Amino acid sequence: MIGFDRRDFLKLAGLGGVVFASGLGFPGRTAMAAGDDFYFVQMSDTHWGFQGKQVNPDAQGTLRKAVAAVNELPHQPDFIMFTGDLTHTTDDPQERRRRLAEFRDIIGDLNVKAIRFIPGEHDASLDEGEAFKEFFGPTHYTFAHKGINFVALDNVSDPSGALGADQLAWLKAHLGTLDRAQPLVVLAHRPLFDLAPEWDWATRDGAEAVALLMPFESVAVFYGHIHQEHHHMTGHIPHHAATSLMFPLPAPKSQPKRVPVPWDAAAPYRGLGFRSVETYGRELELEEHPLAGTT
Amino acid sequence: MIAMQWKICAAAFAAAVLGGGVLAAALEPRERVVRVTARRFEYDPPRVALKRGEPVVLELTSRDRRHGFKLPELGIHGEALPGEVLAIHLRPEVAGTFDFACDVFCGSGHDDMEGEIVVTE
Repeated sequence: MIGFDRRDFLKLAGLGGVVFASGLGFPGRTAMAAGDDFYFVQMSDTHWGFQGKQVNPDAQGTLRKAVAAVNELPHQPDFIMFTGDLTHTTDDPQERRRRLAEFRDIIGDLNVKAIRFIPGEHDASLDEGEAFKEFFGPTHYTFAHKGINFVALDNVSDPSGALGADQLAWLKAHLGTLDRAQPLVVLAHRPLFDLAPEWDWATRDGAEAVALLMPFESVAVFYGHIHQEHHHMTGHIPHHAATSLMFPLPAPKSQPKRVPVPWDAAAPYRGLGFRSVETYGRELELEEHPLAGTT
Repeated sequence: MIAMQWKICAAAFAAAVLGGGVLAAALEPRERVVRVTARRFEYDPPRVALKRGEPVVLELTSRDRRHGFKLPELGIHGEALPGEVLAIHLRPEVAGTFDFACDVFCGSGHDDMEGEIVVTE
């Protein structure tokens, strides 16, 4: 941040956000200059096209509300990452494309134009990612930003929720080219660990991917799919799930069926929001930005 | 708790891919055959009734596309594919109700694609 300490900024922001920080990763980043610090925003599970007034009576407005909230952030992120389920599933390929187009148009109002995407199963599992690729390009890829390596994985184009042998081989080959001392951020839709396989909250071969990440000292995983904030460690690797921008889901295995949490008229938009992730010296700092209470 | 003896017989599975005639040769004697057909977004039948101790083979297939068949309580996991038969051999040893569901995302009704095995005395 410029002119004042980021921690002070978080206190001053008054956005009702919750900071989850400290020691989450990146212990090897001490040598990086303070000027390399940056933050990005994670938005997830927007489910454009969803209909269900009991769950979200503002299904047409929630994404636009989130776009406005991101635009109102006092300091804009370096980039925005959408971690899947951009659209709600449809069995009609033409309707899927219509929803993807509408989603693209709406997020076109974001002030930040550096936006990256990965699909969720609602976007890609019925056509192996064909429509998604037409709009947003490859479903798995890598990039680097200010000293941090990023890997975006696709664990949804295979409808069984697997990365597959080819992608695992690609991941292994790519990781082999990286300096293990450099921080690594992994993005996926489904959790890479077995959070709740009976609710499809897992990746069939996710353990193989996590094993490939283990040699990296500073690595963190960000994902969506479960429509709630959740933090989990596999060894030294933290996994952070994001809230949805359409409807929340119950806590893992907290009830017999995985059904959306009903809309609470007394607390509209409760459980919905987005996240900012800042690299801050040795720390990776997460701040949740609930939509509830925003104008 | 392991409530049933389950085995997805490798020989039977291989035979299943080859066709029903070969499959029949691979079956254990006295196994009752229960056919379960998956299609979006249901299993037919959705409720499978078994007797405790009865040897059974579930023959799972799909009418339209790839579907899953997961019974996590007992560690059972298979897939139903059009034109193929997955044979799941089991001998229930405990009475009870055991839920199964599709874990291969198959469309708008995927979350509701489920069924149950009911074992009685």
